[in-house]
Amino acid sequence: MKTVRKSIASAITTGVIATALSMNSFAVADGKVKLGILADMGGTYADICGKGCVTAAEMAIEDFGGKVLGNKIELVSADSQLKPDIASSIARKWVENEGVDTIGGLVSSAVSGAVSKVNVDNKKITLISGSASNTFTTKTCNPYNVHWTYNVVALANGTVKPMVESGKKNWFFITADYSFGHALESVASKVIKEKGGKVVGHVRAPLGTTDFSSYVLQAQASGADVVALANAGNDTVNALKAATEFGLTEQMDIAGLLVFTQNAQAMDPAVASGMRLTTGFYWDIDDKARDWSQRFEQRHGGIPSMIHAGVYSATTHYLNSVKAVGSDDSDKVIKHMKQTKPDDFFSRNAQLRADGRMVHDMLYVEIKKQSERKNKGDIYNVIKVIPGEEAYNPIQASCNFS
Amino acid sequence: MITVFGINLFALFGQLLVGLINGSFYALLSLGLAIIFGLLKIINFAQGALYMLGAFLALLALKYLGINYWYALILVPIAVGMVGILMERFLIRPIANEDHLYSLLLTFGLALIIQGAFTHTFGSSGLSYSVPEALKGGTRLPFMYLPNYRAWIIVASIVVCFGTWWMIEKTRLGAYLRAGTENPKLMQAFGINVPLMVTLTFGFGVALAGFAGVMAAPVYSVSPDMGSNVLIVVFAIVVIGGMGSIGGAIITGLGMGIIEGLTKYFYPEASNTIIFLVMVVVLLLKPAGLFGKEA
Repeated sequence: MKTVRKSIASAITTGVIATALSMNSFAVADGKVKLGILADMGGTYADICGKGCVTAAEMAIEDFGGKVLGNKIELVSADSQLKPDIASSIARKWVENEGVDTIGGLVSSAVSGAVSKVNVDNKKITLISGSASNTFTTKTCNPYNVHWTYNVVALANGTVKPMVESGKKNWFFITADYSFGHALESVASKVIKEKGGKVVGHVRAPLGTTDFSSYVLQAQASGADVVALANAGNDTVNALKAATEFGLTEQMDIAGLLVFTQNAQAMDPAVASGMRLTTGFYWDIDDKARDWSQRFEQRHGGIPSMIHAGVYSATTHYLNSVKAVGSDDSDKVIKHMKQTKPDDFFSRNAQLRADGRMVHDMLYVEIKKQSERKNKGDIYNVIKVIPGEEAYNPIQASCNFS
Repeated sequence: MITVFGINLFALFGQLLVGLINGSFYALLSLGLAIIFGLLKIINFAQGALYMLGAFLALLALKYLGINYWYALILVPIAVGMVGILMERFLIRPIANEDHLYSLLLTFGLALIIQGAFTHTFGSSGLSYSVPEALKGGTRLPFMYLPNYRAWIIVASIVVCFGTWWMIEKTRLGAYLRAGTENPKLMQAFGINVPLMVTLTFGFGVALAGFAGVMAAPVYSVSPDMGSNVLIVVFAIVVIGGMGSIGGAIITGLGMGIIEGLTKYFYPEASNTIIFLVMVVVLLLKPAGLFGKEA
């Protein structure tokens, strides 16, 4: 009897707690703005969006004045470990129990997808800066997704198109074997075919491969004009290293589809110089960018990646909108974010579209030779500016949340 | 191109050769582990971190002290060996009489600390180390372009591996070592300093990891996680070869490299799981490993 009573009691308690918790998740606009930054603190992508993403958000808050709606702006951060399940549980804890209003940073498409799901259930805004997949504004779009910085379409249009147009028709892909690599390869293949080129083969390498020599051999045997590296981070650096070693670079062109400044710095200039790529930001493009980047470098100890700059820019735009509408209610804030144009050192001719895609001018750059470099961060020559409308895919009707 | 049964022989030979090169690294690393486990019964999870340390030391020695690759090949393993000796003397020896789990956890923790410290200091993007001048370039074989440095890896690792095997299995020093771990009390009665021997053996096993690290620096990106990436594979190889079997570790290391190469030709997506698949099959059929003695 006693146990029965006990279990009833515990059932009631559980029920009460559960109700309290679910009620908590409806408590939206509390007037206190709290930002969460989820990044990769110790993995492959730590240099492109780890502590640096937190620093960028801190700078955005400080530059904003530290306060909004009469309260201090709070910032929390955590390590996603690049694992979607971990990211998802952190996001749930933040938005359901700790009053976090928006989650930013977000490197790795798998992690961003998991967080976006939690956020949309709770009507919270997801400020994606680090991920590349275009799914957030197409297949898995929702009214609360904001995709800043870049995506696979912009990379493919920026880097692949000019090469195919210049007569490099046959392509071989070395692709990172997860959602991002697959998305990048399929988008780039489409661009190649549209321009009259051909994909002669592809190989999928596991994420974190250190030795690409066997993939390089396959690329060599394919007889392609261009070998496209549909991967990122250390994978790109290692693939390029193997390509040089096995003499691939003498026979074929290499196209790095996603190269961050940190990776470009890690590449041997003798090999990488002359390689062309597309980026959402380069620190040395003008005075405004240089000024911010120098401040960032002083605090962080290295030049910013486009993701770092994107986190700053997205956070600033979010805070501006909270201030303008006088509330942290997600629906009001996102509406305002989409109506006003972001304008800072990062966002040029920028607009946050109704589907959550931030369209802005991209840069087509070339890696400098060692002899042209004045310092460690001096790595790119900007060849041209790609207008946003040219770089990004047009809005999809089913994702028009205006 | 020559094709037999729809198989492009040139491409296949290329993959086999590349597999052999990878196998050389596996052999060096698993040999170190096998020595430490076989002779001392310590499961050294820090082996990967020490391999990474070797690569970093080579890079730092070149950058700050101007020590070139060839000197690093000798000096770095000694330095890494010293680190190993300190580890054994001050951390592992105090728990030597406890269950194996203690040393496993200790070395695992050390590996995390070392890797974390390097990530904190050097970032995660990795640094690059150039191939030494004398080994630049390559040879055009009928089926592929073989970079000279890769050829050197195969030669150097086979020499070191079989030299070590010969020393342990065929010389008097090796006999002392084996006897000392079999029956330490008796050996001490014969006037041999067993604790010192244990420390030096540990240092040697670890130095092999340092050597592999220097060998790897010019071909892989030198990054803090290079050790943890390879460690699990190397452990699988030691298990397949038979825990503690010195010759087994060498042959399995080379063999697994080749099997991985074959997989990369026929079904690349499975290339990073094939070794574990082999491990499962071997454990089911022969639990002590291919070359291990049944307990």
